Amino acid sequence: MFDTIPTDWIWGLIGGLLIGTGGAVYLLGNGRIMGASGIIGGLVDGSGRASALERLTFLAGVILLPILINPIYRPFSTHASQNLAVLITAGLLVGVGTRIANGCTSGHGVCGISRLSLRGMVATVFYILAGGVTVVLFRHILGVI
Amino acid sequence: MRFLYAFIAGGLFGAGLFVSGMTDTSKVQGWLDVFGDWDPTLAFVMGGAILPMAIAWLLTKGRQPLVGGSFPTPPEPKIGRNLVVGSVLFGAGWGLAGLCPGPAIASLSYGGWPHWVFFVAMLVGMAAAPKLRQQLDKAVPAA
Repeated sequence: MFDTIPTDWIWGLIGGLLIGTGGAVYLLGNGRIMGASGIIGGLVDGSGRASALERLTFLAGVILLPILINPIYRPFSTHASQNLAVLITAGLLVGVGTRIANGCTSGHGVCGISRLSLRGMVATVFYILAGGVTVVLFRHILGVI
Repeated sequence: MRFLYAFIAGGLFGAGLFVSGMTDTSKVQGWLDVFGDWDPTLAFVMGGAILPMAIAWLLTKGRQPLVGGSFPTPPEPKIGRNLVVGSVLFGAGWGLAGLCPGPAIASLSYGGWPHWVFFVAMLVGMAAAPKLRQQLDKAVPAA
């Protein structure tokens, strides 16, 4: 039975545990919620100026660790779209949406659901629904992605 | 110590996003695409991440953060218009590109130019968000 289980699942679980442990360190150590959009957004709009160095240190870790692991990991492609209109539209929507909703997959999803936050759960339901509808619409009906 | 914890947390987050495959846009879109060749990986990532985080929340009870201060209090459990509208916009962008803010950062070193285009557009969106939120509040006052 085990040979039918793709290792992607296992890597997903290992990666998830690492992500959650990171969130636990940020919470128990610094008393902060590990939300990627909040950490970046606070730097972009100036609302997080007082904790800018802490935010930048966190982001340095996010960028640096993949650089260190990459040479010893199996090669893979990120399969990102090469369509400029898709990339720009998607980036704008993610930037605006996460800041208006005050959270993304890490803040509302991981940190919110784990504390049984109603807001986190509702946000997660809505972004997953919108994401699912978008993929089906743009992949199967419009054929753009 | 504050910076050490921030760096360790960021490092674990980046490493986790990398090995989980969540910077591979086809795996994210594959999970969202219930009518295609469904990819369950994202559910394992979410489950794996929520577990240590739930333990961390339990450990906050009766304690304070290692660097001092206090833990964030739960937000008011109010489901506002902004939470819903923002999440729908975010979800649409997430589905379109298969990237959300965490993986967008983690993949900057190896994702190539499309990831940078997405990242810059995301920063522009974040910079514009406070103004747009004001406009939204003015046009349709939150109940």
